[in-house]
Parts: sequence; C-alpha cells; structure tokens
Amino acid sequence: MLEKANVKYLDKVVIRFSGDSGDGMQLAGNIFTNVSAGVGNQVSTFPDYPAEIRAPQGSLSGVSGFQVHIGVGVHTPGDKADVLVAMNPAALKQNIKHLNHGGIVIVDIDSFKESDLKKALFTTDDPFKELNINAQTLEVPVTSMTKAALAESGLDNKSVLKCRNIFALGLVCWLFDRPIEAAQHHLKNKFARKPAIYEANAKVLQAGYNYGANIHASVSTYRIESESIAPGYYTDINGNTATAWGLILASEKSGRPLFLGSYPITPATDILHELAKRKDLGVKAVQMEDEIAGVCSAIGASFAGNLGVTSTSGPGLALKSEGIGLAVMAELPLVVIDVQRGGPSTGLPTKTEQTDLMQALYGRNGESPVVVVAPASPTDCFTMAFEASRIAIEHMTPVILLSDAFIGNGSSAWRVPDTDEYPEIKPRFVPEELRETWRPYMRDPETLVRYWAIPGTEGLMHRLGGLEKDFETSVISTDPVNHERMVDVRRRKVENVAKDIPALEVLCDADADTLLIGWGGTYGHLYTAAEELCAEGHKVAFAHFRYINPLPANTGEVLRRYKRVICAELNTGQFADYLQSKFAGMEIHRINKIQGQPFLVKEVVDGVKQIIDQQ
Amino acid sequence: MECTKYSAGDYKNGQSVRWCAGCGDHAILNVLHKAMAEVGVAPHMTAVISGIGCSSRLPYYMNTYGFHTIHGRAAAVATGFKVANPEMTVWQVSGDGDGLAIGGNHFIHAVRRNIDINLLLFNNKIYGLTKGQYSPTSARGFVSKSSPYGTTEDPFIPAELVFGARGNFFARSIDVDLPTAQEVMVAAARHKGTSVVEMLQNCVIFNNGIHNYITDREFRAERTIHLRHGEKMLFGKDNTMGLVQDGFLLKAVEIGKEGYTIDDVLVHDAHTPSNFLHQQLAMMDGYSLPLAVGVIRDVDSPVYNEEVDRQVEEVRAKKGFSSLRDMILAGEHWEVK
Repeated sequence: MLEKANVKYLDKVVIRFSGDSGDGMQLAGNIFTNVSAGVGNQVSTFPDYPAEIRAPQGSLSGVSGFQVHIGVGVHTPGDKADVLVAMNPAALKQNIKHLNHGGIVIVDIDSFKESDLKKALFTTDDPFKELNINAQTLEVPVTSMTKAALAESGLDNKSVLKCRNIFALGLVCWLFDRPIEAAQHHLKNKFARKPAIYEANAKVLQAGYNYGANIHASVSTYRIESESIAPGYYTDINGNTATAWGLILASEKSGRPLFLGSYPITPATDILHELAKRKDLGVKAVQMEDEIAGVCSAIGASFAGNLGVTSTSGPGLALKSEGIGLAVMAELPLVVIDVQRGGPSTGLPTKTEQTDLMQALYGRNGESPVVVVAPASPTDCFTMAFEASRIAIEHMTPVILLSDAFIGNGSSAWRVPDTDEYPEIKPRFVPEELRETWRPYMRDPETLVRYWAIPGTEGLMHRLGGLEKDFETSVISTDPVNHERMVDVRRRKVENVAKDIPALEVLCDADADTLLIGWGGTYGHLYTAAEELCAEGHKVAFAHFRYINPLPANTGEVLRRYKRVICAELNTGQFADYLQSKFAGMEIHRINKIQGQPFLVKEVVDGVKQIIDQQ
Repeated sequence: MECTKYSAGDYKNGQSVRWCAGCGDHAILNVLHKAMAEVGVAPHMTAVISGIGCSSRLPYYMNTYGFHTIHGRAAAVATGFKVANPEMTVWQVSGDGDGLAIGGNHFIHAVRRNIDINLLLFNNKIYGLTKGQYSPTSARGFVSKSSPYGTTEDPFIPAELVFGARGNFFARSIDVDLPTAQEVMVAAARHKGTSVVEMLQNCVIFNNGIHNYITDREFRAERTIHLRHGEKMLFGKDNTMGLVQDGFLLKAVEIGKEGYTIDDVLVHDAHTPSNFLHQQLAMMDGYSLPLAVGVIRDVDSPVYNEEVDRQVEEVRAKKGFSSLRDMILAGEHWEVK
C-alpha cells in the first residue's frame, strides 16, 4: 500500500453509501462495517431506507442510504459523512446534505445521463453545479466497469447490474485500506448457495479495488485508527438481533422456555425473524394473526410457565394495550418490545422517534402500572432485553422495552459475553411451606410479588382472570375497599422494582452546573455531545436513563444536584414532562427533535450552549 | 390417557355458580365435568381458557387450571398456552359474540392452524352479559335492543365458518340433550387438532326459546338427526326417515315410500377428508332438512403444536447448539487477543 498517495490519518471516519433502494447499498454498507470491525475498529451504523420496497427506479423517494462510522471513540453513526457514495443523481441530491465540509463524493457517472437527471428532478445538465457541490468528486464509470469485469461471465444484463454495489464496495475498501479478502469472505457467506453470483461479485469487488489503486493520484485515502479492545470473541450485531439474543439468555438463566407471539411490523420484524431461526435453541416463535393475538398468545405462554414475549412497534403497542392490562391484572411475567418509529398512526414506519414513552407508561385503561425500560445502544439491547425479562419473571409484571428504529437497525461490534457475566434469574415459584395455604394472589410480603404456580403442577390448580380479585382469598371481588387495596398493591409492587435496579450514573464532568439527560437510544449522540462540550471547556455532566419506570432510586437526588437540567429527546418533551410529574417544582430545559432522524451531535452541542447562554 | 380414574366431582370446584336459574350453561357445565372424567385427563393437566361473556365465566367453576381472559381473545391465549405447554389438555370456552364477533379473527386462525384445543362454542344467538343485543349468529331481521327495527345483516353459521377455515373437527349438540353433549365433548377431547363443538344454548332471560323449533320434544325426532360415524343417516320417530343423495344435494325421504329403501340412505363418514358432504350436513337447519347433532366431521390432519415440536427436535438434532453462546460462536465472529 506504500504507493498510495495523499494519505490522511484519522481516528474516525464516516462513510455513507447511497443509491436506489434496489441497488444493494445496505449489503455493501454491512460488508464494509463487518470488515472494519474485523480489523479492530469500533463501528456504528445507521441504515436509512425508504418505506417503499421499490419506489420508481432513480426517483428521489426510492433512495436508500447506509451510514457507517468507524474508528476509535465511536458512539454514533456520525453526524455527517466524510465520504459519500452516490450511485445515481437522486442519491446525490438526497444525500449531499449529509456530506461534511471537505468530504469526498464518489458517483457512478454512467448513471448521470439526461434521463437519470430528469428522474431526480434536476433542471440543468450539471447536477454538481446545481447542488453547489465544491467537494472533491470522484466520477467513476461504475456501471461500465462492472459490465466489463463480467463480460465473460455469461450472466444476463440484469444480474450484472446487480453487482454495481460491490464495485463501489471494492473501491471504498481500497480507499480505506480494508483487507479485500475479508470482504470476499463475507460475500462468500452471503451467496453461499449461489456460487455463480459469488464468483461474479468477487470479480467485481476486485475490479473496484483495482480501479482505486490505479487512480490513486487523484484522491485522498485514509488510514483509520484501531484501538486495543477487551480480549474475547466479537461479532457485529444490530439492536434487534441483540434484543432477541438477550431474551434467549434470560430464558437460559431462568430455566423458563422462551415463547414469542408476534406480528410483522416495521421496524421490529427482525426480532421475529431471529427468534424464528432459533428453534435450534428450542425457542418457539409464532407468527400470530394480528398484534392482539401476538400479545395474547404470549400471555397464554406465560400462564403456561414460559417467558412470554411479544414484539412490535408503536401502532402495534396501541393494539396490545388491553392485553397488557390483562397481564397487569393476572400478574404474569410478560415482555413487550416496542421498536419505536415515527407516529402517530402509520406515521414514518422506517424512521426513528421516542414518541411512545407516554403510551408505554400510561396507555391502558384503569390504574395499570408496568415496568418500562429502554436500551441505550444496539449492543445495550442485549443487556436490557435480559433485564426486561429478569424483572418480568422475578417481579411477575409486564415490562415494556422501548427500543427504536435507530438502535434496532443500527449495529456495532459486540463482545460475546461469557454466560456467567449475567446473573441467574429466579422465578418466584410457590414456596413448599406455603403449598397448603396457598392462594393464587398470595404474595411475598416484602416484594409484593405474587407466587407463580405452573400449570401441570398437582395441587396448585387455580383460576386467573381480568376481573378484580380479593386480596385475601383471590376469588372475584367487587368490594370497593378491596379494589383500592389491590390497585395500591399492584402499584407498590412495580415501585419496589426500584430496589432491584442500578443507580443512575453521572458521566463527564460530574461537578458541573449543567446536567444533560436523556433516555434510550439517544445515548451515543448525547454522550458524544457532552464530551465535546467538556472538551470545548463547558462544564457539563451527563446522565442517561435506561430504567424509566420505576426510575432509579437516586434520580431525584441527582437531578436536584444541578443548577440546570437539560433533557434532550426525540419527541416534544415526554420524558421531561414525566420527570416533572415525579419531582414537583423541578425546571427541566428541553432539546427536542421530531424529524424521524436521530440527533446530530452538533444539534445537541448547540442546543446545550444556547440554553447555557440564555441564562 | 392416565390410569387414575376421575369422577365428575374431581373437575368441579366449590364456587357457587352465578348463571341465571334456567340458563343452558348449567347443563353444559355439568356435562363438561362428566366428559372430562370420561376422558380421564387429570385436573392438574387440564386448562380451561375463556374470553368474556356469560359462558366465559365457566373456568371459575372448574377445579382445573383456568384463565378468564379478555373479550374475544381466548383462542389466541389458548394457542400460546398450548404451544408453550403441549402436555396440557386445553379447553376453550367462548360464546357466539366472544368467539365469532370480536374474536372472529382468532377463531378462524386457530381452526386454520389446527392447534390442539377443544373449543366449546356456546351459541345462544344473543349478547347476554351486556343485556340483549343481537349477535353475529342472530337471524336477519332479528329484533333486539340494538336492532329495534330488526337486523339488516346475515348471520354466520358457525359450521360454515369452521369449514371455510379448513377445520377438521366439527360437532354439535343442544343444551337439553345431555347424552349427545357428553358424546361430542368426549369425541372433541379425543380428536387431535382444533375441535369445534357448537352447543346450541338457551338464554332464558334475553333470548328464551330461540332454539325451541329444534328442541321441542314433540318434534325433535323429525327436526334433528343424530349423526354417528359408520351409521346410516336415519331420523324421525322410529328412524323411519333417512337422508339420501339427490344430485349434489341431500334429500330427506321416508323409507319405503317413493321407491326409497334403506339401501338408498347414506352412511355417515366423519373421517373422509373431503368436507363437501360434511358441510351440507352441517348446514341443515331443521326446516327442509333435519338439524344435525353429533360429530359431523372428525378428520386427522397435522397439528400445529406437534409440528412446532417436531421442527424444534429436527433442527436441534441437526445443529445441536447447547447454548446461546455456542450458537453465536458457530456464526461469524472474530477473536481479539
């Protein structure tokens, strides 16, 4: 690689692949990510794809993007790209706003003919001028070179054109000094059952790489820092897969078989896909006839003694409300996963938001408290899915896990944990000494957790149901005072979970006046923003919530320690409102964004500065 | 089947039954206790899961595992329960509103999947617990509190829905015909897959006498036919009437008249895979043709929960992962030393 000219050394870099939704940009991006993680980079990805499966070819609405951030100290997919790959004019037009000042644009110049420009609604024949692009631009004849590479392959034209993405991948691999053998290895896995397609793609990959090497004088190339990370086995994982795996570990640690009842919905369906594959670990994943059946089958499975789980997104959570209420009343363990997307109604199905918080906390009839937790990153989905299951089983309560499209689809490298890094989960079965006097709603006096009797056990036959039960006898009761007592006991049971979760941690400059807070999937952006603010000399502390209801026991104490509390979230202020309802008189400043997109670090940095300056 | 013998009392618990005096549900509950004893599955290996409505109170009167869930969702809860814990025998209890209106989607999909549950569908053609609205099985023009000028819609015929959902077991009985009710419940329990039993049941308060045309003792013999697999389709007092094939349709004839002999009378075959004749039998309503009670269709077909278990076993035998970590490390990963 010594012959490479104009080499830049960086600790991190952001690359954005974009093209038609049929161009395979997600695949190219994923392989690049895996190759980078394999050489010791931290990685964070952001697939940004349209709701339409195949919008008209070359149109603005059909553009699909995949952004990846690689290097050291990577917590987000990056605000803006250092390198933008645009496979057609529409992709260029849609994505140029995501390019950093001083970045590089790589385009397939074969796809910039007059008709292509028209489809992307350009009005002149110079799209670069029309978009006012000053960036270093690499005009690569991707299509014709792909065709040339495959001239002898015998593949039809359509199949040949499908390899264009891999030519671009080869070129980017050269630019960033990635080992091409690793990319070949991933392609081989991808096309394991189609050797002819693999051969073609491998050839095109090499052609792209060679093309880069041959034109090296004209563009910068990069060397990315890798860092020493904890030893162990690593794999690339996205949030939805991590969620599925966290549930499986909880099943292993609790001895309770895992049952998923689900219905396909973007962007949560990959959890169903993953668990459907895991029959090889004994998981039973059932695609039910609708969202309601998804939650109800999971409740049935929990009643039967399994870890019952249902996975969905916002609109599905709305449909599951009544079912969740049944699980509240029956006091059964239930994990409900909501991979949040833009709402209300069908909203922005493929985009991210944190707008289901109030729905998760309060969206049911009656006094119906549930535990709510929220993972902070793709890999944290593993830990929090495990935690949601642990709490559900040990506290006999529904738990809602609020993931989102950003962390659900985003991925990063993840060290495969040793199983003993996670605690045993202990179901509260009916104690032997209580079997004679046991009633179905008899509780542990301290935790208020109802004991779990598994159907099939002799002598513990019982009836559960959605009707109110008598505190003492567990039979149906409409007694007014008893009802209030039961409402109270269900509330206190959930509140008691606070004794069983970690305290809120303060990061960055703990002695600052200003505390930046957030929750769930925004962790990477907020943490990076807090670090940048501190690096710029602002005194900012940062605390991130993964346990929403109940809140960590030290929450009030932490919040009151700071003169200024700023809550940044991807909604109109639901978490800030929630905190204010819990801690009367507390002023919470807000940074909000409701655009279906994650925060940019810069937006948070600017937002915090603005609030500090105003005071 | 277990060796221990159980009596009806073993399935009954001490709760006082809260249905109205004269309600058909009392008889059905008693028959269910007896049918369970006859089948002999232990109470602790039995679960009764219901939705909402008068009939859905039934689990509270059972000394088994029971779950009184939410309106319409019993089939979905029962499906999850059975897949999760296939050792248990699962009964589902729903009414015509619970099972066919709000729960219609779950009903047809449970039947289509052929999950191994015994589904008792109490059909009184009215909403009782909400005090007298028409149901999806009420006849066109039926006058009720929510249809003061008569309904302007056609009803479901439960059997037709079952066959439309490709059901493999359908039986029918009447709440006043206890021996037949017990016979069909036992047959339902012994059938593997979704067994739907339609119990024509009388709501003494809001729809009293809705099935009188059928249940009237004076005419019951000629207005109903008790179908038994392998037996001639005979009915009427002294079995003088029979069903014969008339082109694609069925016809009721008097044996010895118009040239019809006993040899012309059809023999009931509940096990034939084609549901063509089963559907015709199930659609008879007691007017031009007698209403059929007994087991109308009882056909073996792959059972959902068994297929799930079979797949799990097959996949595990092939891949044999012992743990999550084992599975992950069999896939793409890299080592950092």
